[in-house]
Amino acid sequence: MTNSAVALPRANWRPTAWVGEHAPIFTVVAVLFVVWYLAAFLMNAPQVRDAFARNEVKYTFSELVAGTMEAKRPVVPAPHQVAIELYDSIFGYPLNSPRNLAYHAWVTLSATVVGFAIGAIFGILLAILIVHLRTLEKSLLPWIICSQMVPILAIAPIIIVVFGAIGIRGLFPKSIISAYLCFFPVAIGMVKGLTSPDPIQLDLMRTWSANKLQVLRKLRWPASIPFLFASLKVSVTISLVGAIVAELPTGAQAGIGARLLSGSYYGQTVQIWAALVCAAVIATVLIAMIDAIAKLTARHMGAAT
Amino acid sequence: MSARLQAIGFWVAAAGLLVALALPLSSQAAAAFTSRTGLLVALVAAAAAFALASWRTPVSTVFGLVGTALGCAVTVMLLQDPAIAGYASWGYWLMVLAIWLGAILASTRLADLSAADQVTRWLRDLSIPLLFGVFLIYLWEVTVRGFGVSPVLMPAPTSTALRLAQSLPTLGEDFMQTFVRSVLAGYAIGCGTGFIVAVVAYRYDFLKRGLLPLGNFVSALPVVGIAPIMVMWFGFDWQSKAAVVAVMCFFPMLVNTLAGLAVAGPMERDLMRSYGARPLQTLLKLNLPAAMPFIFNALKINSTLALIGAIVAEFFGTPLRGIGFRISIEVARMSLDMVWAEIALAAVAGMAFYGIVALAERAVTSWHPSYRK
Amino acid sequence: MTPSQPAAGAVRAAHASPLTVDARGVSLTFHTRDGAVEALADVNLQISDGDFVSFIGPSGCGKTTLMRVIADLERPTKGTILVNGVSAEEARLKRQYGYIFQAPALYPWRTIERNVMLPLEIMGYPAGERRERMQRYLKLVNLSGFERKFPWQLSGGMQQRASIARALSFDPALLLMDEPFGALDEIVRDHLNEQLLRLWDQTGKTVVFVTHSIPEAVFLSTKIVVMSPRPGRIIDIIPCDFPRDRTLEIRETPEFIKIAQRVRSGLRSGHSYDE
Repeated sequence: MTNSAVALPRANWRPTAWVGEHAPIFTVVAVLFVVWYLAAFLMNAPQVRDAFARNEVKYTFSELVAGTMEAKRPVVPAPHQVAIELYDSIFGYPLNSPRNLAYHAWVTLSATVVGFAIGAIFGILLAILIVHLRTLEKSLLPWIICSQMVPILAIAPIIIVVFGAIGIRGLFPKSIISAYLCFFPVAIGMVKGLTSPDPIQLDLMRTWSANKLQVLRKLRWPASIPFLFASLKVSVTISLVGAIVAELPTGAQAGIGARLLSGSYYGQTVQIWAALVCAAVIATVLIAMIDAIAKLTARHMGAAT
Repeated sequence: MSARLQAIGFWVAAAGLLVALALPLSSQAAAAFTSRTGLLVALVAAAAAFALASWRTPVSTVFGLVGTALGCAVTVMLLQDPAIAGYASWGYWLMVLAIWLGAILASTRLADLSAADQVTRWLRDLSIPLLFGVFLIYLWEVTVRGFGVSPVLMPAPTSTALRLAQSLPTLGEDFMQTFVRSVLAGYAIGCGTGFIVAVVAYRYDFLKRGLLPLGNFVSALPVVGIAPIMVMWFGFDWQSKAAVVAVMCFFPMLVNTLAGLAVAGPMERDLMRSYGARPLQTLLKLNLPAAMPFIFNALKINSTLALIGAIVAEFFGTPLRGIGFRISIEVARMSLDMVWAEIALAAVAGMAFYGIVALAERAVTSWHPSYRK
Repeated sequence: MTPSQPAAGAVRAAHASPLTVDARGVSLTFHTRDGAVEALADVNLQISDGDFVSFIGPSGCGKTTLMRVIADLERPTKGTILVNGVSAEEARLKRQYGYIFQAPALYPWRTIERNVMLPLEIMGYPAGERRERMQRYLKLVNLSGFERKFPWQLSGGMQQRASIARALSFDPALLLMDEPFGALDEIVRDHLNEQLLRLWDQTGKTVVFVTHSIPEAVFLSTKIVVMSPRPGRIIDIIPCDFPRDRTLEIRETPEFIKIAQRVRSGLRSGHSYDE
């Protein structure tokens, strides 16, 4: 997880070294963009050619290229098309308009965050119970693992329908799906974390005849913090996936998932790509935030940075 | 839980069953227990078994389990009476609660049993989650039917099972479409290319240093979102689903394989060098075996991702078959028993898939410290 | 280790050079984040065929580095090194030495027998011969009966013996041992030292041995190379001519103590007190 550049003390930071270290990433990303443009040209060329042919217009190669970069309904939109669509759909409309992508992002993000909070708390509590009760570990843990083999997204429509039937709509059912998806990594990670202290340290607690609650608060909990943040990073993405997918089966009116769905109905390729990029940005920001909190906590707990 | 507390618990469970006899079974005019001799005997036997289970010997675990089984049987039989199903009252729910308490205590006993040999330990560790699962289904059944929950909201497990048995051909068709065609194909393509790219990237440091952070980044993105694009590119049939699955599987495999190939220590690598081993030999004899736990980790992660990817992709269009498609139309039709049957199918397929991968992992990486006993 | 036919190295016969290792003016500088480190500075060393040579010195004196240079696991920045009359790289590619590390470095996914057969697989020995050699050398290190065990099922000393069998399996004329017994307790270590001496005596191999321990070096060697850090260099080469079939008892003799004292004073003179 730790990147060697991050582990270096700040004093040694040199711009040239930084560039040298990251050159491979830039290269790969640059190659990806080139491939993307190439793909946009190759995949969109037939439809542009057809359009020219239909209108019986003679065209040059550069006109063909220009056409593939500007296609209304491209098979593969060019990167700049996606960027323009993103800009237009965020700044082109008022914030509360259903045509504004930021509005949809907010709808999905709120469900993600609520679901993530519920899932994380539930996962932590479950892990604490499992660590302390042998019967639960034996009976429940296998089912928790099995529950993840079930493609839980299949249950999503049911949850929406059941909650809808008792009058709960909107954010909460989506959050439940997110929570249901994301409690698992937290529970598993925390079971690992809470059982991570050395036997020696546990024995030490025993010599002081500390009770279970004290062992939990003074030893198990602090020891599990790195595990907690590692699992939170995994589950926040899963939570976002849950929120997006929860919007699909019910034909939700708002949210990233709704954007994907309507884009796919009306063949708005560029809209789909923009929504995808938007989802990627949300995931990145959420992970970066958790990372930052993890770093702060680690420093607070005396970790060498 | 102390043995004393357990004993008291069992007595409470036994007393609960007997007290329930005196309470009304239903809010409707239903026949009392006195007119159901068979059930009455079984219930008293269950109470007696719970009482015996309070006895502090390993044998008493059996009494606890017998009492639970008898109690479950009685409560389920009672639901056949239309005057009770949907109108269950205090007496009935007290019985269920007492059985629940007995079940918790019996499973605690079972978990605490010391097993001398491997086979008994294995049996014990397998039976606890199984009994737990069966009991969960029992609770679901009595709750739904006892309260008379509308089947539109939540069907009882028995009606789901009935529906499952009746729709085997449809389910088989959906299984073929979603699991065999979309999931397996996509899984094989995604894992295979991820593995090959990782091995190539491992040979070229520049490529590795570029791909690894990118792979880590993409692994953390909601990749399922590409489903509508893939449906546009590859059409409604299984090819588009396989494409989604392949892309989802690619990055975890790439990242894990790269991490695994790097795990061999400098000493092990020096050893190969001292033998004058060729790069291919080092790869085959050292790096790949050492990477196996990581590769299987990716295979396991991907086995769950693959099903999710295929089902989600089906929400964006299918040729009128497939698990995801069936779920979305049956939800619209409010026939939730069929939805649950599909979910059960997906769950069994998912668990079997994961189980096979886990078994293969055990066979291949049995040397790994996590399997040491 | 039980007597077995001393598999005299065919490789050794092919090379008439009496010197197994011939290092001239070898220097090696590592470039680290904290600047250049002179791991070896102008090292000259000749090791004859059949010698048992120990490198001794404090941490950072370059004894392991020198051994790694001999094994072509590091390239010197200056100077030349010949192993069996050819360059170190050629000697490595001809599989002329067996290297034994501080840790057993057994592959955890291979059983003991498959670990011992690993170099033979790489070197392309036929299956029958692999098995035959594996059995022969496991017997030589007293590990018959443990073929099907995984490394973690064996004690540390047994694991290290298995790694010795692995190094011997392809019958190299030169054994490079880098603190092989450093992680073991003293009783096991004494025992393995005796077994190693007997093995060396029977097979007539050349052994280069890195150690921290003065008694171990004096007990095992025919020649002790005393090294000193910053820069890593040789400060004394002490001949040590006890009979080849020596036993642990010689450690109480005055000659032994005299040599040990010379080693100690050498170490002291080369050792700066600024740490």
